[in-house]
Amino acid sequence: MEDCLAKKMEITVSEAEKRTGRNAMNIQETYTAYLIETRAVESQSEGQCAPVDSLWRRYSEFELLRNYLSVTYPHIVVPPLPEKRADFVWHKLSADNMDPDFVERRRIGLENFLLRVASHPVLCQDKIFYAFLTQEAGWKEMVNETGFQLKADSRLKALNATFRVKNPDKRFTELKHYSDELQSVISHLLRVRARVADRLYGVYKVHGNYGRVFSEWSAIEKEMGDGLQSAGHHMDVYAASIDDILEEEEHYADQLKEYLFYAEALRAVCRKHELMQYDLEMAAQDLTSKKQQCEELATGTVRTFSLKGMTSKLFGQETPEQREAKIKVLEEQIQEGEEQLKSKNLEGRDFVKSAWADIERFKEQKNHDLKEALISYAVMQISMCKKGIQVWTNAKECFSKM
Amino acid sequence: DTSLAEVNSFSPSVPISPSSMINQYKFEDGPELRDLFITVDDPESHITAIETFITYRVVTKTTRGEFDSSEYEVRRRYQDFLWLKSKLEEAHPTLIIPPLPEKFIMKGMVERFSDEFIETRRKALHKFLNRIADHPTLTFNEDFKIFLTAQAWELSSHKKQGPGLLSRMGQTVRAVASSVRGAVKNRPEMFTEMNNYMETFSQKINLLDRIAHRIYKEERDYFNEMKEYGPIHTLWSASEEDIADSLKGIASCIDRCCKATEKRMAGLSEHLLPILHEYVLYSEILMAVLKRRDQIQGELDSKVDALANKKTEKDLFSEEIGKLEDKVERANNALKADWDRWKQNMQWDMRSSFTNVAENNLRYYEE
Repeated sequence: MEDCLAKKMEITVSEAEKRTGRNAMNIQETYTAYLIETRAVESQSEGQCAPVDSLWRRYSEFELLRNYLSVTYPHIVVPPLPEKRADFVWHKLSADNMDPDFVERRRIGLENFLLRVASHPVLCQDKIFYAFLTQEAGWKEMVNETGFQLKADSRLKALNATFRVKNPDKRFTELKHYSDELQSVISHLLRVRARVADRLYGVYKVHGNYGRVFSEWSAIEKEMGDGLQSAGHHMDVYAASIDDILEEEEHYADQLKEYLFYAEALRAVCRKHELMQYDLEMAAQDLTSKKQQCEELATGTVRTFSLKGMTSKLFGQETPEQREAKIKVLEEQIQEGEEQLKSKNLEGRDFVKSAWADIERFKEQKNHDLKEALISYAVMQISMCKKGIQVWTNAKECFSKM
Repeated sequence: DTSLAEVNSFSPSVPISPSSMINQYKFEDGPELRDLFITVDDPESHITAIETFITYRVVTKTTRGEFDSSEYEVRRRYQDFLWLKSKLEEAHPTLIIPPLPEKFIMKGMVERFSDEFIETRRKALHKFLNRIADHPTLTFNEDFKIFLTAQAWELSSHKKQGPGLLSRMGQTVRAVASSVRGAVKNRPEMFTEMNNYMETFSQKINLLDRIAHRIYKEERDYFNEMKEYGPIHTLWSASEEDIADSLKGIASCIDRCCKATEKRMAGLSEHLLPILHEYVLYSEILMAVLKRRDQIQGELDSKVDALANKKTEKDLFSEEIGKLEDKVERANNALKADWDRWKQNMQWDMRSSFTNVAENNLRYYEE
């Protein structure tokens, strides 16, 4: 952790700006650009302020960065980006990507993403990441030159592996189940929370109607008038207070969302393991069948049915020279295969080891973050109740003076 | 015996719980001076060949001399209450007779004999009789006494006496006719003010009634969503180790919030909603009372006009006019006094209901 970038450099996503430009298909489009500011930390201890570097990036560039990191470090649980489109909205929130509240929450999410990468012991050392923060021009070309897209595993291949792998590491199987459960429970929670927020909004806002009617009623009352009027004012305050309360809750929802998306990153690591394991199993199987073929040719016994065997029976056996040639080829292939298997085994073990180390790191981070989020949620609820107590104490006083 | 039962106690010697009694009616001259205690409870359904109806038990305890006994128990149906109300209106046209619960509710499609409907009606009927008992004039009305004390057959035979349906219809026709004649022109300023007040009050109380119902509905919807919210956290805690306890803690807190919401809703439906509804009905009653006063004055005015046109038969007219003038004066005074009393009660009721709402909310947030 000592070496990680976050300690050496202050990183913020400080602004968001609407832009128009031409995209890859030369079509005019509107998008939002985000200003990334960086500043070296060391010189601050001398009381001097280091100069701030800044550059603009748009969401698609963040996506490119993350894809690059996921492919280049498949054993790492790569931090997720904030959502592309607004999801789990309750009625007051807009689902529009250009809505200022959405843009603001996304800005915070992008900053959080950069900080997470910068504080990761492995990812923070990546040159492409550093260039993302510091080099505006030519960064895209730089990323593409790494050729990372070629290394990416196809979706189909990964799916195939999931179904056919025979001996995955039990821990990864468990982890995959966990990430499925986490994803399902958090999305359910977020959905219900959005509905609860909607209903709560309704309760508070209807009280605002009291304010209006009390005020109109107080006009015809002599003794009750003052009490009604001031009570009405408190009802207005009560109704207005829900806006701030729910805005704060959105931050809590965003914290949960981050871990909803982290579940996907966890699953990606498990998939990579399955793919590697499947690859290994296929290579081992191939080797075994080649050895068997070799043995059959050498001893002349046919243990398994093969088309070649049948045809040679029907059309006559091959010459001893042909057989020798075949055996030689097979023996070469077998040797290659054994070397490959060895290195694949090594790769697999290394992968499991480093992946598991990062997963342990992730688990600790997750437990810490979620606990804090839950605590802050409880604190929010308490504060909401305190506000309610204050308003209704005032209202009660006004009512009792009616 | 101070061991008090819940709200729907059926034991004859124990009235409905004291807290709801105190909430429901104000003791005009202080509780010590009260000498008539009435409860309405124990709805029972009766099925005959022609119809099905509900009767309610009406229990009266009194120390008044004019009652032969100190305790009475009778059964009455909604029709009987309607009869009582119309007799009181007849006897005291410019007094504010308390409202009866409606015959049936159109919106909401509430089943006529659903438990909720019967209970709401029972509470309103209880209120109705107690408001009459509290009224300085109405409490001594003879029909009221008979209502409280007569056995079923006695009551039905008493009902058959007195002006029949036809004569009552005649009264109504005359009343409508005189109101058409523009009884408004000589109306004293005070009653014009009352009219204006009632128009605005009626508007506002209707709005408040709707707002309160809307709040109840929103709270209920909120409660329904919250019921699902807590268990999700418990479900999540099953896949976690480190944070399982925190999650379970949150789940149990959410469940407590649910219970608190239920209590808050109950508070609304027991206290605020019935009062607001009663005053919606009251505003209709008051408009009717003001109209009746206008009609009585209209009778006088038309006779005075007739006198101004016919110079003969002066003496005959004078006597009639004299009687009518007395009638108008009595009616006006009665209304004025009752109006003041009603306003005071209304203020007290509103104050206590809304204070109760505030207290319920405080309790909710504290829990």
